[in-house]
Amino acid sequence: MLDVYFRNKLTELQDLSKLKVRKLKITNCENLDTVNEVPGCNSIVEEETNSTDSDEEIYSTDDDDDDDDDDDDDDDEGEEEEEESAKEGKTRALFGAIHPRNSVRCIRSKMAAIMQGIGAATALSSSSSSFDSKGFQLPSVKYFPERKATSLVVRSDGRLIPGSNLNARNVSGRLVTNAVAAKADTSATSTASKTGHELLLFEALREGLEEEMDRDPHVCVVGEDVGHYGGSYKVTKDLAPKYGDLRVLDTPIAENAFTGMAIGAAMTGLRPIVEGMNMGFLLLAYNQISNNCGMLHYTSGGQFTIPVVIRGPGGVGRQLGAEHSQRLESYFQSIPGIQMVACSTPYNAKGLMKAAIRSENPVILFEHVLLYNLKERIPDEEYVLSLEEAEMVRPGEHITILTYSRMRYHVMQAAKTLVNKGYDPEVIDIRSLKPFDLYTIGNSIKKTHRVLIVEECMRTGGIGASLTAAINENFNDYLDAPVMCLSSQDVPTPYAGTLEEWTVVQPAQIVTAVEQLCQ
Amino acid sequence: MVLWLTRSRNVAHHLKRKWDLVGVLNHSSSLCSSSLHQHHHHHHHHRHCSSSSTSPITNNSRDPDTVSSNSASGFSIRRLESTKAQQQLDSVYDDHDDENQVLDFPGGSVMLTSELRFISETPEKRIKCYRVLDDDGQLIMSSSFQEVSKELALKMYRNMITLQTMDTIFYEAQRQGRISFYLTSNGEEAINIASAAAFTTSDVVLPQYREPGVLLWRGFTLQEFTNQCFGNKSDYGKGRQMPIHYGSNKLNYFTVSSPIATQLPQAVGAAYSLKMDGKDACVVTYFGDGGASEGDFHAALNFAAVLEAPVIFICRNNGWAISTPTSEQYRGDGIVVRGQAYGVRSIRVDGNDALAVYNAVKEARKMAISEQRPILIEALTYRTGHHSTSDDSTKYRPVNEIEHWRVARDPVSRFKKWVERNGWWTHEDESELRSSVRKELLNAIQVAEKAEKPPLSDMFTDVYDHPSSNLFEQERFLRETIKRHPLDYPPEVPV
Repeated sequence: MLDVYFRNKLTELQDLSKLKVRKLKITNCENLDTVNEVPGCNSIVEEETNSTDSDEEIYSTDDDDDDDDDDDDDDDEGEEEEEESAKEGKTRALFGAIHPRNSVRCIRSKMAAIMQGIGAATALSSSSSSFDSKGFQLPSVKYFPERKATSLVVRSDGRLIPGSNLNARNVSGRLVTNAVAAKADTSATSTASKTGHELLLFEALREGLEEEMDRDPHVCVVGEDVGHYGGSYKVTKDLAPKYGDLRVLDTPIAENAFTGMAIGAAMTGLRPIVEGMNMGFLLLAYNQISNNCGMLHYTSGGQFTIPVVIRGPGGVGRQLGAEHSQRLESYFQSIPGIQMVACSTPYNAKGLMKAAIRSENPVILFEHVLLYNLKERIPDEEYVLSLEEAEMVRPGEHITILTYSRMRYHVMQAAKTLVNKGYDPEVIDIRSLKPFDLYTIGNSIKKTHRVLIVEECMRTGGIGASLTAAINENFNDYLDAPVMCLSSQDVPTPYAGTLEEWTVVQPAQIVTAVEQLCQ
Repeated sequence: MVLWLTRSRNVAHHLKRKWDLVGVLNHSSSLCSSSLHQHHHHHHHHRHCSSSSTSPITNNSRDPDTVSSNSASGFSIRRLESTKAQQQLDSVYDDHDDENQVLDFPGGSVMLTSELRFISETPEKRIKCYRVLDDDGQLIMSSSFQEVSKELALKMYRNMITLQTMDTIFYEAQRQGRISFYLTSNGEEAINIASAAAFTTSDVVLPQYREPGVLLWRGFTLQEFTNQCFGNKSDYGKGRQMPIHYGSNKLNYFTVSSPIATQLPQAVGAAYSLKMDGKDACVVTYFGDGGASEGDFHAALNFAAVLEAPVIFICRNNGWAISTPTSEQYRGDGIVVRGQAYGVRSIRVDGNDALAVYNAVKEARKMAISEQRPILIEALTYRTGHHSTSDDSTKYRPVNEIEHWRVARDPVSRFKKWVERNGWWTHEDESELRSSVRKELLNAIQVAEKAEKPPLSDMFTDVYDHPSSNLFEQERFLRETIKRHPLDYPPEVPV
C-alpha cells in the first residue's frame, strides 16, 4: 500500500516539477513566497551533482543540492541520502515533512509547496512530524527516468527534500552514514530530460556577466588580462571579441589606477566591473575603494552614484603562497557605502553577479579560487538574487552553523558526519557579508539557540568576529551557549600543503565544535 | 603568441635586406588609431596596436654577442613568425645605412648604438615655458596666440576678481570662526579662470581642491559656494564634506575628494566613458606638483596614453606642497618632462599668464577630442597664500619671497594691465566690482549662517541608494538616544 502511495506521489511530483518550471518564469528575487521555499526544494532545476570534479575537493561532489532558490533561506542541502533511494529496498524514503518549528518564511513556503501538489504527502507527513532524527526507514522509490521532476528525498529527519537527481549518485545500496562525501558520478541519463543547463561556476559568472552586458550597454569590464586572454580564471572568456576592446578593457598593472578609473567612469554613467586578478591585489586599490568608491555618493550629497562591481577570487587555494591566499573580506567590511557578497555555488554566483551589476551601490563580490570549477545545473530562465539575503543550505534543529564561500562545503561535509552522529545542524550560507542578513540568522538562532561560525578569515578581525559581535548584541537572549567561531589562524598562509590544509578549518574540527556546543 | 606587426615607413628604411625580416615593428600612435580597425581582427590573440605585445619572438634565441658592437658584423635577425594577414610589411631595405641597424624587441624596433652613453638625468636645457603676456601685461610680439574678445576677456577678469574676493572673505570668515576650514587659490587665479574659459560645461572636471574658479566660471553662485562652506541644508553635499569640497553634477564638476591625486585615474575613467559614448567633450583634471609624485599620477598618465583617452592633465606647479618645495619633491625637470615618458603630449606654460593658459588649454582641448589623446599641461605658478587655514607658510619660506610673488608677479594684476591697456576696463569698474562682490559675499554668508543645518536623517541617506538594515538600526538607535537626552542634542539642528 505504501508502494501505491509512493507511486502516486511520484506522479504528483512530476506535475509538481512542471508547475515549478512554470512558476520560475514569474519568479524573481523579490518573490519569496512560492518557489523554492520548501526546505531542500530546489524547485527550479534538477539537482545535479557536481560530480565531474572527482578530486577530493568535497564541495564538488557533495551536493546535488545547491540552492536554486532566489533569496530563499530555506534551501536545503540535499544530501547524499538521495543517492540511496535509487535502489529499491533502500532504507531511505521519499517523504515529506514540514517541521513545525521552522521559521515563518519556511512555513509560508511550505504552504506554497503544499499548494504545488505536495499536499498529500505533506499532510501525511505532518501528522507524523516527530520523526526520529536518527533515521526513518522507509522503502525507497524507484527513480523514473522519464520524469522531468526530481524525486523528493527525505533526509534522516524526515524532511522533504525534493529535487535531487536520484540516479546521479552511484552509492550502491548503502545507507549513507559515513560523512565522507561520496563521489557522485554525474548521471548522464537524465540530463537530456532536465530543465536548466549545467555549467561550472566560472561559466555561471560569465553567463551572468554576459547577460548583463547584453542588457545594458553601459556595463563594461576592466581588469588585467580580461580582454583577449579571457581573464585569469576565464570568467571573461570570449567577451572581448564579442563586445570589443573598449567594453572589455585590458589594463596595465595598476590596481589603484584602474579601480579609480572605474570609479570615474561610473560617476560619468558607465557601470564598470573591476576584476582583480586576485583579491589580494585589491589592497593596492584600497585607497580608491575606501576613500572614493564608498564615499563619493555620500559626500557629493547623492549627486554622483558609483555603481561599480569589484570582483575577484580570494581565499586559500592549493599552495598559492601567502600573498595569493588572502581573505580580505574583513578588510573591506568597515568601509561605509559598499556592499559585500560572497558566492559559493554556480547558481548564486550568477544571481549575485547580476544583482551586483544592477545595484546602484558599489558592490564587492568575493569569489573563491577553488570554487571556480563547481558544476551545477542552473535555470535557463533569467534570475537575479538579492544582495542582502542569506541562503538556508540545510534546515536543522540543534545548532546554527553560519558560513560562506568555500567553508560552506566543509560545513556540509561535516554535516554528514553530524547527521550520522545524531545531530541536526542548520546550515546557513550567509552570502551577504555586508550587511549581514540578521533576519535569517536571527530566526535560525531563535530556533536552535546555538551558533557556530565557520569561516576562512583570520581569527582576529575576521568576518566571524564581526558576526559574533552582531549576534551577541542582537540575539543574546536566545543563546544557550556562547557563540563559537572557527576560523583560520592569524598566520600568513604557508606554502607547504599540509600546513596550508591545517590553516583552513577542516570538517573534523567543525564536528568537534558542534559536539562541544551541543553538549 | 605572435608579434604585432604594423607598417612603418621610418624604420623600414633601416633594414638590411639579408635580414629577411617579416614585418616591422614600429608603432606610431597616429598609425595606431587609424589602423586599429584593420589590424584588429587578424589577431584575436592580440591587443590593439599599442606596443603592449609581450610575446617573445617565437623562433629563435637571439645570440647576444652579435648584437653588441660592430654594425657591419653581419647581424642577422632570423625569420620571425609572421601573423597571418599582416603580410603587407614594409620591406624597404636600405643598403646604405650600416650604422643604423635595428633591433626589434617586444615594444618596437630600436636602433643600435655602439656607444656606451647614458642619457643625462637633466636635459641641457629645461623645457621652455609658453607665455603671451609679459610681466607688465604687454603682449609679447612674437607670441602666437588667439585673439580673445573683449567679452571673454572681461568675463575672465571679473571671475578672477570674484575668486580673489571670495578667497579673502572666506579666509577671514574662517579666522573669525564662522567656518571651520578654508583653502585659498591665491596666485593661481589665472590657471583657474583661464583654463575654465577654454572648456565647455559638457567637459567633465575632476579637481584637486584648489580650483573653485573653474566652478565659479561655470556658474556656481556665491551663495552656493557659501552654503557648502557652512554646510547648511542648501549645500548640495548635504553638509557631509568639509568646506571647499564643492561638487556639482549639473555643472559637471566632480565632488572634491581630499586624498591627493585620486582623481587622476578617475579622470581617465571618465574620459573612457566619454570615449565609449563618442561625445564631443573631454575631461580635465587638476593636481599640484606634490600630487604628481603620487603613484596614481603615473598610472593615470600611462593609462590615458594606452587607452587614448581624451583627458587634459593640468598640473599647477606652484612650487610648494604644503611645506615641501619642489626641490624636495622631484629632481627632474618638473612635471612636463614626465609626459613624454608615458607617451603623452605635453607643454609647459606660464601659469600666471591668463592668455597663455587660455591658449594652451584651448589647443589642448582641440587635440584631445579630435585625436583622442591625453595632454599634459604644466602651468608654472606660485602659491602666494598659505596651503590652507591650518597652515602658516611663513614658517617654511621667507616672507619677502611671498611678498614678491604676491605683488610683482600677481596674475590678476598682470591681466588687468592688459585689459586696461585695451581700454576695456577702468578703475571705477574695478572698485565697483570689488565692492559689489564683497557685499554679495557678506550677504551670502549671513544667509548661509542663518540657514538650517541638514537634518539628522541626512546622516544615513546616500550611504547606499536605500538604507541597509544595519543603518536603519543605527539610525533608530540614535533617534532613541536623542529622544531620551534631548538636552544633549543641539536644538537648532533639525531631526
